Amino acid sequence: MGSNMAECHPVAFQWIVEAQRKGGKLIHVDPRFTRTSAMANLHVPIRAGSDIAFLGGLVHYILEQERYFRDYMVAYTNATTIIDERFLDTEDLDGFFSGWNEESGTYDTSSWQYEGGVIHASAGERGAPRPPADGIIIEGAPPHSDPTLEHPRCVFQLLRRHYSRYTPEMVERVCGVPQHKFLEVAETICDNSNRERTTAFVYAVGWTQHTVGVQFIRTSAIIQLLLGNMGRTGGGVMALRGHANIQGATDIATLFDVLPGYIQVPSVKDSSNLKQFCLDQGGAAGGYWGNLEAYLVSLLKAYWGDRATPDNQFGFDYLHRVTGDHSTYQSTLGMVDGWVKGFVVLGENPAVGSAHGGLHRKALRRLDWLVVRDLYEIETASFWYDSPETQSGEIRAEDVGTEVFFLPAAANAEKNGSFTNTQRLLQWHEQAVEPRGDCRSDLWFTYYLGAKIREKLAASTEARDRALLDLTWDYPLDPKSGDPSAEEVLREISGRGPDGQLLASFGALRADGSTSSGCWIYCGAFAGGQNLTNRKRPGQEQSWVAPEWGWAWPLNRRVLYNRASADPEGKPWSERKRFVYWDEAQGKWVGPDVPDFPGDRRPDYQPPPGATAENALSGDRPFIMQADGVGWLFAPSGVVDGPFPTHYEPQESPVRNLLYEQERNPARQVFRRRDNPYNPTAGEPGSERFPFVMSTYRLTEHHTAGGMTRFLSRLSQLQPEMFCEVSPELAQERGLRPGGWATISTERSVIEARVLVTARLPVLRLGDRVVHQVGLPYHWGSRGLSTGDSANDLFPLVLDHNVHIQETKAATCDIQPGRRPRVASR
Amino acid sequence: MTAAPTARRPAVSLPMWQGGGTRMGFFTDSSICIGCKACEVACKEWNGVPDIDTGFTGNSYDNTSSVGANSWRHVAFVERQRPDTGDGVQWLMNSDVCKHCTRAACLDVCPTGAIFRSEFGTVVVQDDICNGCGYCVVACPFGVLERREAPDGRAFKCTLCYDRLQVGDEPACAKACPTQSIQFGPLEELRERAEKRLEEVKQEPRYAGARLYGDSKDDGVGGFGAFFLLLDDPEVYGLPPKPVYRRTDLALLWGAASVAASVLTLGVLGSLSWRRR
Amino acid sequence: MVARRTIKSWPVLRQVAEGDPLGLGHSAQSDHSRNYRSRTSTAEKVVKSVCPYCAVGCGQLVYTNGQEIIQIEGDPDSPLSRGRLCPKGSATKELVNSELRELQVKYRRPHGTAWEQISLDQAMDMIADRVIETRSQTWEDQDEQGRPLRRTMGIASLGGATIDNEENYLWRKLMVGLGVVQVENQARI
Repeated sequence: MGSNMAECHPVAFQWIVEAQRKGGKLIHVDPRFTRTSAMANLHVPIRAGSDIAFLGGLVHYILEQERYFRDYMVAYTNATTIIDERFLDTEDLDGFFSGWNEESGTYDTSSWQYEGGVIHASAGERGAPRPPADGIIIEGAPPHSDPTLEHPRCVFQLLRRHYSRYTPEMVERVCGVPQHKFLEVAETICDNSNRERTTAFVYAVGWTQHTVGVQFIRTSAIIQLLLGNMGRTGGGVMALRGHANIQGATDIATLFDVLPGYIQVPSVKDSSNLKQFCLDQGGAAGGYWGNLEAYLVSLLKAYWGDRATPDNQFGFDYLHRVTGDHSTYQSTLGMVDGWVKGFVVLGENPAVGSAHGGLHRKALRRLDWLVVRDLYEIETASFWYDSPETQSGEIRAEDVGTEVFFLPAAANAEKNGSFTNTQRLLQWHEQAVEPRGDCRSDLWFTYYLGAKIREKLAASTEARDRALLDLTWDYPLDPKSGDPSAEEVLREISGRGPDGQLLASFGALRADGSTSSGCWIYCGAFAGGQNLTNRKRPGQEQSWVAPEWGWAWPLNRRVLYNRASADPEGKPWSERKRFVYWDEAQGKWVGPDVPDFPGDRRPDYQPPPGATAENALSGDRPFIMQADGVGWLFAPSGVVDGPFPTHYEPQESPVRNLLYEQERNPARQVFRRRDNPYNPTAGEPGSERFPFVMSTYRLTEHHTAGGMTRFLSRLSQLQPEMFCEVSPELAQERGLRPGGWATISTERSVIEARVLVTARLPVLRLGDRVVHQVGLPYHWGSRGLSTGDSANDLFPLVLDHNVHIQETKAATCDIQPGRRPRVASR
Repeated sequence: MTAAPTARRPAVSLPMWQGGGTRMGFFTDSSICIGCKACEVACKEWNGVPDIDTGFTGNSYDNTSSVGANSWRHVAFVERQRPDTGDGVQWLMNSDVCKHCTRAACLDVCPTGAIFRSEFGTVVVQDDICNGCGYCVVACPFGVLERREAPDGRAFKCTLCYDRLQVGDEPACAKACPTQSIQFGPLEELRERAEKRLEEVKQEPRYAGARLYGDSKDDGVGGFGAFFLLLDDPEVYGLPPKPVYRRTDLALLWGAASVAASVLTLGVLGSLSWRRR
Repeated sequence: MVARRTIKSWPVLRQVAEGDPLGLGHSAQSDHSRNYRSRTSTAEKVVKSVCPYCAVGCGQLVYTNGQEIIQIEGDPDSPLSRGRLCPKGSATKELVNSELRELQVKYRRPHGTAWEQISLDQAMDMIADRVIETRSQTWEDQDEQGRPLRRTMGIASLGGATIDNEENYLWRKLMVGLGVVQVENQARI
């Protein structure tokens, strides 16, 4: 669900095809019939944006039909945990949880806590009001629980109650999925999830790009925990990420709110005392986050080297502070409003690829200066003379005051470095040729920009320049090309011990400043002086786990939480699914993968009093990053919009929420401003002007915003221009001619597209209501060999509050035959 | 030189391939084709095949339209109602290619000797000999052969990556194919594999109409060197159900002329060979 | 010599000499096709790479002669991809070699109507100046309650989902040094 794997990850799809030939079944639940659906054993059309209703229906089915894997669920999840008596569910408050603050538009999550203590989410809190720092649970002072699952406030009973209205009938009315199809899915999944068999969920941005995106994924995690499919081979919730190093960019980390290794960037409200900050972030809790101080100090040592001393709290005093959401859409609004003045874009094309393209181009026009680094001259570089606004005459180049630097970049075949793939595997790629002309790697650009700025400020006595001038910035340079050594950077990331030797494990990191590691989860990638990411032992010469191909974080572990592949006593759940298990004779865990915890930790280990971090978890707790070591059916912390996923309609929907009075996720992030108008949604006056659901997606033949494909003739000829997909019924209703033109409109913009009429776009029936959907590939812009209007121009800024991701998978629109007006109307 | 060619006297018009080496070919299993078009791109990149410019066709995801001089692989997309239940959509995809026929009319009619049968049993057009006469275009029962208008109208088609085969590599399309819908190998092995695969595929009710296409020596062209597992009648995919070897006068003429020339020059050859030694 | 080669390669002679009576087999081969060998087999160098498109991380082999990439295809050793590539991965050679690649720095002055050419060094120098100036103008040392902020909100960056770990790491390190808070990438989108 939420993934079109055959089209967007075709080479990975070979494993699905192989599994099918061995009897595996592929179910594709998707608003469209795609190339993935064509290969599926069962395709289930669903209304875009209604996935929680469908998944919640599965939870309901599993609980009511008692299809859960009881032994697994009781031992490895928080099903038995009792929740604070102040907690109120959406069942009590008609779509709200307790703690809602109408004024701030946020939840106070304190009533969502476990009875008996406060628990922190792993990796700290995400942009939420932080719970008090006292009362953190550690093993030995467990929260109250009821192993019989009968206590009315235990998570299991709360879960049953929360999903009691997600019946097959409700799934049909909300999602447009006939009951018999829903039940076929439910039975297939349940039949295939037990000691002997596992089921995997695969998702991609079809789940993330919603105002309830995180909760889509949470619902599938609940299902997988109930069915015992986590930490076991063939199970899990697999995110198929869309860019060569999007996983690495997240890990290492070019995101405003996390430092490398998912360490929270300190907020202005946080303690300015390093130790206290680490404690507040879960540093005293059970699980591996208990070592946060060691990870953070080692990072600071990698940044500032000898200048990171106890006197400046190892550089903690150099770190900036966040004051809220500073994510990319906020920056865009900052450009429009004039307080962001300079912008550096590295291999990205927001003028096409981000929601509300018109607003992004307006933002670019208001900058003082802009740097774009790319292989080709993309729309984000050409906005001042080649854009919908200049084409319509609304904007003239001479009116745009932005100073633009376009710097040609080196392609990956022209540089050394590592990518982290969608399964956390770091793979080194070797340079084949030198880049031509002015093309340079981003490593080159970063290093020399840093060197120049440091040189220019070398004599500065300003306090603010200390953090810059004290950075370690001495990388060996290639004598010929002048490129800094990427391997040396990887060594710094991997980490060094007191005598400078390269470390093998993050377990060796210390909080006393004696170790350094630029990203604790990558620690050991250069263990023993060998670039383990560059291991290329042929797959056919290894076990199926292929541990000697590249290096997976953490510690070359291929399946996370693999403790759950064995039962609490350490025995495999079944011989067939044997993976990592306890060998009493050897006194250690064995199997083809690296155990996800200390390898000699006995299954019956009980933490001694005062134990911290991983030592505070008993030997039968597989979810080692959680303070309580179990999988969270109920999330007492860490999500801002509810401890249980709840169905809400998208910001713009043609139908009302049938489940609750509350229509939309109350905690979603909205931007009410004149340049970001929303279409009226169902029940609001004017909603009939936008009667159809629209959704964006990729095609196999192109890549994201097109910067790496629309300039290539081989790919451009395969999908030569922008088109939209509509059902024959909608085509007839609106008079759309196959191969002709259509104009699609929202409150933001009007675009045109060629028309592909296809029965692959299903017409959904929700009770007596018919819902039509319009499919919009989003690859196009005005540049390159294959051109067209940008689908993203149609969408508003409205975000999931947990992660600040925009809702581009479900919104409303109108569609009419013919081309859009040529004059300034955008 | 051993046996006198006249003694063997093969049929002039039906030169079944009977070379000494192992005949290599393609088995394209459309039941696992995901329509990604990697084959089209890998072929073009390897063979330097020029771009096409059909524009947006509005015909499913097919903007290549057909196999031709500038598209040696072509993925056909067929959208239709599911045949078994009548409920919902079925989307068939198949990567078409030159069939490398056992009886290759293109080869037989070529007046310039530009087309030859390789040691792998494949049929290859040599662009340094072809003069663009177009006889092969007319002769091909599949419409595979086509003249490349620019710059000079010579004919081009799949060589089954003759250059890669020479060094033991598989053709570019087969190598790229993510799901191994395109399989390359010794033709006999492929045929056995295809029989087994067909049995598997037919278990699924929606694929009850599955069959092999071009696997039989008894079809009109003596079997394909590149054959297919299709999920329905060939014409559903735009392929001729009963391809016919076009035994044209042209073929007879050129075939006969070729043999005659051989006979006539035997003596000359013998003496030249002798002298060389 | 010349005469002999000509006669030897005379097709009719060749087909008879080589047991190819109909002249449809190897005797019909031209010198070109006779010597037609895979260009990868004679490549000077082959390096192991990773596909730059989606996040599956398919193995690629990059074949080069000197500074020219002559082929990019799948690496059969990869346990992830087993030598296979999708259409985008199969087009990687064109991604690198395309004539549409930008090879020169382009500069557009405020209100300018055309790109201008400047040297890479000059561009780097100008960008460094812009960063320093904007940072200095927009520096926030502390908030109104006197709590430390140590940052600039005047500069933002976006990108990095197709660039390397080492590049992302170093970029973030520089931005932390500069106090640039708004460092973001495609993962948010």
